[in-house]
Formats: sequence, C-alpha cells, structure tokens
Amino acid sequence: MNTSSTQQHRLSETVQQLKPSGIRRFFDLASTMDNVISLGVGEPDFVTPWNVREASIVSMERGFTSYTANAGLIELRRAVSYYLENSFGVSYHPESDIVITVGASEGIDAAFRAIINPGDEVIVAEPCFVSYAPIITMAGGVPVPLETTKKHDFKINAGDLEGLITSKTKAVLLSYPNNPTGAHMSKEELEPVVKVIKDYDLLAVSDEIYAELSYDYEHASLPAFPGMLERTILISGFSKAFAMTGWRVGYVCGPKDIMAAVLKIHQYTMMCASTSAQFGALEALKNGRADVEKMVASYRQRRNYLVKTFAEMGLECHTPLGAFYAFPSIEKLGMDAETFAETFLTEEQVAVVPGTVFGSGGEGHVRCSYATSLESLVEAMERFKRFMDRHR
Amino acid sequence: MNEKELEILHLLEQNARMDIKTIAKLIDQTEEEVEMMLKKLEENKVIVTYATVVDWSKVNNHDGVTAMIDVKVTPQRGVGFDEVAERIHRFPEVKALYLVSGTYDLQVVIEGKTMSEIASFVSGKLSALDSVISTTTHFRLKTYKHDGVVFGDDDEDHRMMVSP
Repeated sequence: MNTSSTQQHRLSETVQQLKPSGIRRFFDLASTMDNVISLGVGEPDFVTPWNVREASIVSMERGFTSYTANAGLIELRRAVSYYLENSFGVSYHPESDIVITVGASEGIDAAFRAIINPGDEVIVAEPCFVSYAPIITMAGGVPVPLETTKKHDFKINAGDLEGLITSKTKAVLLSYPNNPTGAHMSKEELEPVVKVIKDYDLLAVSDEIYAELSYDYEHASLPAFPGMLERTILISGFSKAFAMTGWRVGYVCGPKDIMAAVLKIHQYTMMCASTSAQFGALEALKNGRADVEKMVASYRQRRNYLVKTFAEMGLECHTPLGAFYAFPSIEKLGMDAETFAETFLTEEQVAVVPGTVFGSGGEGHVRCSYATSLESLVEAMERFKRFMDRHR
Repeated sequence: MNEKELEILHLLEQNARMDIKTIAKLIDQTEEEVEMMLKKLEENKVIVTYATVVDWSKVNNHDGVTAMIDVKVTPQRGVGFDEVAERIHRFPEVKALYLVSGTYDLQVVIEGKTMSEIASFVSGKLSALDSVISTTTHFRLKTYKHDGVVFGDDDEDHRMMVSP
C-alpha cells in the first residue's frame, strides 16, 4: 500500500468530501503583502466594551473558574430570555429552552446534529456564511442550496423555496441580516416564506446573529411568527452586536424536545461554554445597550458612505440593510469574482472576499466589510476607483 | 435639534477636520444640507469652536505646567457664583472653569510655564479676590486621557486580515 492511499484511508470520507474554505486562500495571499487594507474581515472593528471585559476579569478574580451548568449560567440564560422577549417578542424558558454555546457556530453544529437523520435534506439560502453546508454535511445531511439573487435583493423567494422541497426535506436554514450580502427581510417579506415552511411541516433554523445590526427594518425574528416557535431553532450570540467574537459565546433556543437533544450533544462535546466568557456576556446583556447603539450608529454611517461612494464610481450595489457587509456587483468589469478579488489584491492591496466563497448566487459579487475605520474605508474606496478606471 | 444635526456634532467632536463631502455621505444627506446645518449650528454657538487635542508632552521645549485648583467662595446675593466666576475666567491663564457640587464650589484649570508662575497666580490673583475663601492646588503630573482621547493608545488592529 503506498503512502497516499494509506493517508487517504485514515481520514473520514465525510471530511475529505468537504471543500477547503475559499476564505483561507485569500487570507494566505493577503498575509504575504504589505500595506493591505482589508475589507475582508468578518468581525466588528470595535474592541469589546470595557465594562464587559472588566466583568469577566472580576469573575476570575473572585474565583469563578469552575464549570457552569451544561446549559450555561442560569443568570445568563435568564438574561438571554429577557432580552429576546423584550427585543423581538419571542418567549423562551431559561430552564428548558436555552443552551449557551461556544459561539453561534457550535450552536449551528449542535442544532443540525440534533435534527438530522442520514440523507435528510436541508435547504440553505445562499449566498451565506461559509460553515452552513459543511456543518450539515458533517451531521450526515444533504445541504440543498436555495439561490437568492441580486434581482430580489438577495431575499428568499417563497416560490423558489417551495420548488426545492422533496420528501426528504427536513429543515430550512436562513440568516437575515445576511452575511455576506447585507440583505434583510422584513416581517411582510418573511410571511410567504413562513407559510411554505408551515405548509410543508418543516423545521426552520434561523441564524440571527446580526439581528441587532439592522439599519432600516425592525428585525423580525422568525420564531415570533405565529406557529413558528414550535418549529424554529433560533441561533444567535454575542460576537457581532457586542463585539465579542473572540469570546466564543452564543446560544441556541428552541422547543423543549429539540433543546434536550441539543443539550445532550453540547454536554458531551463541550461540557459548557467558557465560564469567564459567560460572565462577560452576562454583563453585556445587563449593561451593554448604549454601546450596541453607538456601534450600530457607526456601522450605519459607514454603510451609507460605502453605498454612496460605490454609486459615484458607477458600481452597482444593492443597499445593505443589515450586518456590516456590502455586496457590490463587479460583473461590469468582465472578471469573475475570484479573478477580481485576486487582481484587486495584487494591484491595489485591498482585500475583499469573492462572492463565490459563500455559495450559489455569489458569482459576480465581492463582499466588502465596512467594519473598518473610516480612514481605511476612504483609502480603500480611492483604490477601488483607480482599479475600476483602469479595468473598465 | 434633529437627528442629523446630532450626528454631525458627534462626528465633528471626534474629528473636527472631517470634510463636508464625507459627512454628507455618512449621514445620508446632500452636501448643501450639511452646509446649512453646519451654518445653523455655528450661528447658534452650538459648535463653539473647532479645536485640536495636542499631546504637548511630545513637543520639545514645551515644559508647561497645568494645575487644577479647587476654590471655595462666598456666593453673592442676587448673582450667586456667576460674578466671581466671571472675574476668574477673564484671566487668560485660566483654561477652564466649572461650578461643581461637593466640598468646593469652583474648579479652575490653569496653565503656566512654571510652577512658580502658577503659585503666584494663586496667591497674587485668585486668593486676592474678596469672595475666595480657600484654594487647593493640584498639579497635573501626566495625561492619560483628555476629552475622550486616550494618549499613547495602542489602536492597532489585532484582527485577522480575512475571516468568514
């Protein structure tokens, strides 16, 4: 037996089947260059507010260094419950309906492991966060892409959704406000989607990690729709709204039977989320409102800046309604998204992420994160314009 | 005051040199609208001045001294503290003056070239005012933060260059 076949043999076929992340390649390329302005960062440019950091430090000083309950600190679950009820009108019992996870990512993983049987299909609205399809695959499911397009401002078309449903369809995964498109769906726009999910008796997994970063709509939480609470798994966390990406604290909420299964998975794989991080998260929910509002106001301004500047240079871009990404179309330049991103990086040292990385519907677009300083944005836009003029 | 004017104030408070074009884009207004609002804010003295925060410790041969002086005064019938406050803030070396609650009444911030210059201001001018009962002078040793700006702050971006 030669080496390569031995090595192949020792890896899981499921893992081998996963595509390597397209983000990684750009990270490697950008890291070799100097003077790069990055619009490729998928996290806030704010440091976690000091009161949150301090609360976590104090918890350590006081000796809170042991495990918490598997589901997370009960005070934190109560705070999450209160927050969700107050902000989005969804009601979850802290004892049975909420599990604190290691970031929203673990929550997505546990949610799918809890509901998927081998071969079950999950319809995933794309373009989307890069981890969804791999997580579904790893759980033994089959991700079925539902392409959203520029034509509909990257919102889900209920008819398209219905067309993809088969006897094997188990759930629909959606995430609004959306990474990478910045799209959002209002209550009215979600109604027909909700109807399809209910008509076909499907589950919904709703990743609402960007809910707070909603600039033009009042965020409509999926479980708040009549009849959806019992069939929705809500995923969220502290990373985006509270600028706490590195803390890795998220949560999953859902109906009791599903949450019991999620908790079972979580207790065997994680035991509990980091205790000191949970204390930080608790402080964020208790006293973080003003900071969130300040950060949201700042993202909104930078969103405005980017959209207006793109319009000035004749770059087509739907107005992102949430998150901190713009998703302009670069089709005019006659390059595909990968080529554009690579050429732009090489020639102008600006890192953007090709839309293709985020699944179907992403071709012809690049993701530009505006969670970066205004000075950097201004300079990046100048380089953008120069690049456009040269390649038009 | 409308929301857009508030936004302008917050932006300029952070960066007084921000140009009108940029402000207009950020707050989703036309440049003309921004100019109108700015004019109004300036005329109404809502915007008092456009100043710069300087870290003077980095400037050679600029060995200035700053002191915060707590002042106890006797308020005067009819005018309270306003008259004595006015007498104090007219001195050019007085950089800031506040009426405060607590043990003292007025807090005076003054700048001088040397400690003795400040000492002579306190003994010769401030304490000499009739209504001043007592003064306590604190010399500033180091500035950590001024007007919301942290001096010598590490504002490096620690994030990875590309992330999902």
